[in-house]
Amino acid sequence: MNATGFLRRNGALTLVGLVVLALLAREVRDKGWDVFWQLFVGGVTLGSVYALIALGYSMVYGILKLLNFAHGDVYMIGAFIGYGVITAFGGAAGLSISVWLLLGVVFLVAMVGSGFLGVIIERFAYRPLREAPRIAPLISALGVSFFIQNSALLLFGASFRSYDSYNLGSEDPGLGLPGPLFTTVFSLKTVPVSVATLIVVVGGLLLMIALTQFVGRTALGKAMRATAYDREAAAMMGIDTDRVIASTFFIGSALAGAAGVMFGLVFSQIFHFMGFLAGLKGFTAAVVGGIGSIPGAMVGGLLVGLAETFAAGYLSGNWANLIVFAMLIVVMLVRPTGLFGKQAIQKV
Amino acid sequence: MGHSDLPEAAERLDTPAIGRDEWVATHEQRTEGERRVARLYRRVPPSLRIGVLALLTIPIPFVLSTGDLYNFGLFAVLYALLALGLNVTVGLAGLLDLGYIAFFGFGAYAYAIMASPHYGWHVQSEIAIPIVIGSSALLGLLLGLPSRRLLGDYLAIVTLFFGQAFVFFTGTTNPRGLTGGANGIPDLDPLNFFGIHIATYRAFYWFSLGVFFLVLAGLWSVLRSRTGRAWQALREDPLAAELMGTPVNRLKLLAFSIGASIAGLTGCIYAASAGSVASGSFDVPLLITIYAIVILGGIGSLTGVIVGAFVITVSYEILRPETPGTARVLFYLAIIVGVIAWARPYWRAATILGGTLVFGFVVHAIAGAVSDTATAGSAIEAGRLAGAIESWVVIPADPGRWPEYAYVALIAAALVVSQLRGWWRTIALIPTLYLAAFVWENLLIDQPSVTRLILFGALLMTLMIVRPQGLFGTSRVEIV
Repeated sequence: MNATGFLRRNGALTLVGLVVLALLAREVRDKGWDVFWQLFVGGVTLGSVYALIALGYSMVYGILKLLNFAHGDVYMIGAFIGYGVITAFGGAAGLSISVWLLLGVVFLVAMVGSGFLGVIIERFAYRPLREAPRIAPLISALGVSFFIQNSALLLFGASFRSYDSYNLGSEDPGLGLPGPLFTTVFSLKTVPVSVATLIVVVGGLLLMIALTQFVGRTALGKAMRATAYDREAAAMMGIDTDRVIASTFFIGSALAGAAGVMFGLVFSQIFHFMGFLAGLKGFTAAVVGGIGSIPGAMVGGLLVGLAETFAAGYLSGNWANLIVFAMLIVVMLVRPTGLFGKQAIQKV
Repeated sequence: MGHSDLPEAAERLDTPAIGRDEWVATHEQRTEGERRVARLYRRVPPSLRIGVLALLTIPIPFVLSTGDLYNFGLFAVLYALLALGLNVTVGLAGLLDLGYIAFFGFGAYAYAIMASPHYGWHVQSEIAIPIVIGSSALLGLLLGLPSRRLLGDYLAIVTLFFGQAFVFFTGTTNPRGLTGGANGIPDLDPLNFFGIHIATYRAFYWFSLGVFFLVLAGLWSVLRSRTGRAWQALREDPLAAELMGTPVNRLKLLAFSIGASIAGLTGCIYAASAGSVASGSFDVPLLITIYAIVILGGIGSLTGVIVGAFVITVSYEILRPETPGTARVLFYLAIIVGVIAWARPYWRAATILGGTLVFGFVVHAIAGAVSDTATAGSAIEAGRLAGAIESWVVIPADPGRWPEYAYVALIAAALVVSQLRGWWRTIALIPTLYLAAFVWENLLIDQPSVTRLILFGALLMTLMIVRPQGLFGTSRVEIV
């Protein structure tokens, strides 16, 4: 790719990137590297969570051209399933099994549970509308999202729940000693990086690599790509598209469930409305990265997570969400295909 | 299942099933039942319809108490106004605008800033309201501009984010105290036209009703104009419309900004009547409510909007924490009417209702025999109906987490029932209905506001599947 062509196509984005970097450099000069690294670690952690949510959005949009508004709520339910499992094993106060085993069980149950929730949503709310005008599934999705949110409010109440992961498995919670999840692994300058943070970042990365391999190498992955490319043609080739779509929903929702548990582990607080904003940000990540692209979702998630934490840290918390939303709107206007997306061909 | 499926499958072969167009092809078939009523209704001239509506709505302030008039009457009119505006954007131009409430909020905040002690400006309403209408239309135009570039549901996203950005901007960001932050702006002036004050709820009701009829008449005539027909063409098939020389983009923008200006105007009236504004009022629940109105009534139908607004406001009135007794009566009434309306032939409806009744007494007797406390609880609010309910529905003295589990089971049961056909459905409905009564008595009746929101969500979902054209809509709506 020659330099002029690249600049002509990406000039606006490059300019925005340079301005943001310049502003960032000024803030770093003024406030020092400690603050930077602290925000950076927070941003990458949050970004990994967003990236996992973005993957589900992206996969579903890729295959059905449907904005699954309920995806954020699947993430919320995943977080609540995780909380339920932790409570069932005694919680931070009286954990009956080892922390690592617990983590395994929590992730497994939350991912399978949200995966099935995703499949149920698809089966009952979207499948009957597969051939309907396009506005119908969107409105249905809005209804599902609202239904799940308020059902959660009814079932779990409006109060915040805490994973209490700081004390999880601690030798003596009373002394304020952190449990194994919040032990420092290494430090970036003076900023400690805990086990939980690493689990989120590395775990998220592993899940994404696994997904890439799955979509790229397996027969079902191939069927997914074929279905996303052209559903009718895929069906004519003998692919059971209903089953492929259901598996897509399962995988996407399982990733969202994992993201919910991760959020609970690092940030501890979960509540019934957490899915809405997280869903919007996950969606922003998917769009910024280029909807339908797996590496795009990763990069988009990180960008959104970093933008949010840097905006909150350097400007003020009041601007963080606005900046994320503005990011989406700008990307939508300047480059609707996102950073990694291909130019879509409009089928009429 | 088995046998009952066969005739249905045979019928399907007769209908033209050409890929995606099956939905359209079976449209006639799906709407067959209601056409006779619809034809009768269409014979009534519009002027008479509006006249009847006016006759019914104008005397309402003499019937309701002041508080009810505000909560019920005024809000019904405001909802209907909002729904009219949304109907232009979604129903006529086919643009899914999920940031619609932001225009309502914009109108409310704009009025609040112009007519309150916040900045000490007390602008007269005859100046403030036109400014708000104009600036809302301009804002709609600006937000609608992307719709030229953004195809299909990308517009839905941008507008959704715009709506959320508005809530954050007014509630949290609040630059230089412009919007008063989380507390909003208090002490707004009442409406004041050339020195005539509109300050009582009655006056507000009549004023907003007048505005509503004006907007309704305006839209009605626009619909019959060149522009209205062009909108309908655009909604049916934008590509074909464009080929016919319809200025698609300009019409989309026009629809967008007309919707926005109606929302802005409604925002003014709302702000002035409420006396204060806060960002929480302009969030997703209101958006869902307005969408529920438009979709229940039928996208694109003016009559539908009015009926939808009425039904939704009545649901607000029924599902109030203060009057669980009324809510209960209507809950059971809704179930009975629903079963009679949906289950054909009639002896099947009778089987379902009778079966549920018997099933309930059997379960109640078993539960009572197994444990003393299982049926020891009492239904909310005394009375004859509550007494009868207590001897039918299992109401434990200490339900613990059981109602929550039952709620989840009810959702599962409803999903299963939706998949069954014929006798299996009839049989499965009996325990499902009883489960619904159990959940209602033990869980939902205590939390009417959450119940209402859950119902709205379920309504949007099921309507889209069962009857996407709503009560009064006829045409399909397509975004490309």
